[in-house]
Amino acid sequence: MLRRLTPSAAIGLFGVGFYLFLAIFAPLLAPYPVFEVVGKVWEPPSWAFPLGTDNIGRDLLSRLIWGAQITILVAGAATLLSFAIGVLLGFFAAIIRGWVDQLLSRMIDLLMAIPTLIFALVVLSVLPTDLYVLILVMAALDSTRVFRISRAVAVDVAVMDFVEAARLRGEGWGWIMSREILPNALSPLLAEFGLRFAFAVLFLSTLSFLGLGVQPPVADWGSMVKENKDGIVFGISAALIPGTAIATLAICVNLVVDWVLNRTTSLKGGRGDA
Amino acid sequence: MGGPLVRMIAQRIALGILLLWAVSILIFAGTQILPGDVATAMLGQQATPAAIANIRAELGLDKPIPVRYFEWLAGAVQGDFGKSYTNRQDIATNIGRRLGNTLFLAAAAAVIAVPLAIVLGVLAVRYRNTLFDRFISIVTLSAVSLPEFFAGYLLIVLFAVKLRWFPSTATIRDSMSFGQQLYAIALPTLTLVLVVVGHMMRMTRAAVLNVLSSAYIETAELKGISPSRIIWKHALPNALAPIVNVVALNLAYLVVGVVVVEVIFVYPGMGQYMVDHVSKRDVPVVQACGLVFASVYIVLNLIADLAAVLANPRLRHPR
Repeated sequence: MLRRLTPSAAIGLFGVGFYLFLAIFAPLLAPYPVFEVVGKVWEPPSWAFPLGTDNIGRDLLSRLIWGAQITILVAGAATLLSFAIGVLLGFFAAIIRGWVDQLLSRMIDLLMAIPTLIFALVVLSVLPTDLYVLILVMAALDSTRVFRISRAVAVDVAVMDFVEAARLRGEGWGWIMSREILPNALSPLLAEFGLRFAFAVLFLSTLSFLGLGVQPPVADWGSMVKENKDGIVFGISAALIPGTAIATLAICVNLVVDWVLNRTTSLKGGRGDA
Repeated sequence: MGGPLVRMIAQRIALGILLLWAVSILIFAGTQILPGDVATAMLGQQATPAAIANIRAELGLDKPIPVRYFEWLAGAVQGDFGKSYTNRQDIATNIGRRLGNTLFLAAAAAVIAVPLAIVLGVLAVRYRNTLFDRFISIVTLSAVSLPEFFAGYLLIVLFAVKLRWFPSTATIRDSMSFGQQLYAIALPTLTLVLVVVGHMMRMTRAAVLNVLSSAYIETAELKGISPSRIIWKHALPNALAPIVNVVALNLAYLVVGVVVVEVIFVYPGMGQYMVDHVSKRDVPVVQACGLVFASVYIVLNLIADLAAVLANPRLRHPR
């Protein structure tokens, strides 16, 4: 497996691993408490504050590290939940077919006819702003895409002979879903998971940047950009640091996904182009 | 041409209208998820029941939800979105002005992005698998991964703070000449171009490459026609349908991406208006903006659909 590791995949894996490490060990790594004002406003980088301070004098590095935790936690939870909903409904529709499938598919089409950000704004205008609501909204909106792909994959698998055999054996749809279809749909779903996670990071950051995502004093990368954006016109680049973190995380996840996709297609005997 | 084509177009448009109607229900329902009461939210917890009843009657909240939906829809169809909760201004007049600004910004971005994406895509095919192709591929892939606000601030740092070429906030007024307005929106336009051009260019490249594998291209090659001529004269016209489709989809995306870009550059458009009123929980404004954005999005998707049918005669006769 390591032999097949391409340079871009190595960069991607390293980046994802690095941010995961930051997120998990945030309490040990952050040099200062996350909410505490420890210096002057927008201090330039120094030995005491490696990345400088933010708009009210908090240590930017510490907030970036804690921000990694919130960003990855919220985006990860939303992606997991969206997969739980989307895969379950998608597989269900593919096995049952008939009017249930039609109804579900048309409802998903309808939801997808509204741009995700616009629908999120509409819903968030009435819902309370807390992390659980945010995760639920993100997961619900994202599960439409997961439904589409998992239904498409499952429809192909559901007509195979071994599924027919399981049906004749009298297995229920729970068994067919988890034991017959899921193992055969795993690799495209895994790649999709990576893409959806990268998208969730971007989407969460966008919402937080607009002031509708993670609420202060808790910080994720998007809200850190929002807090520090006014410094930009004075030549203070504090807002660009969390922005860089978002962009690099998204790019690294994409690199890993590319690699996984190529690897699985070549395992199936397809032409995986490098 | 003639009968079946016209009928097909009419069918698609009818479907689009049906979809719009369903979307209006969804947007209205989306704001009714919470039983929470706007009246209480506006007056605070200490308000007397009489005051709350008064404001509920004034805003029409005492009627049942279906009645409110149809009143809202009837108004919206006639261009009347009611009044804002927070400042009591007429929503339609506000939206009218701002929608013009938003479409101006999106159009400026499209005028640059679409030709640029097609030319870059064709060039990437012409010089495929060379350093040039790889370079464009990496640049566009990273541009696609950039969040809009990061791209926007990078451009501000570079062009507004360091080089001082363009203003960092895009203020436009009616009194400004067309040229002045274009200058004012230079940076937001560039941000939008950066965000959409990557995707469009990659799809163009894929579409042209797809056509290049057909037999008649091989014939053209064997005739000794130059590679550039094959791509421009033989491959591109046949790749037009998927390209037109991608362009329309990206224009639809532009209209949404505009929301974030407007907030970055403090541009007086629909997006900023909507985001402002989401945090104020001003439901009628959010509903109206949501409906307008969704309509533009659906109409552009419909155009993509129709363009694909018109460009490809085979799609006109569904089997």
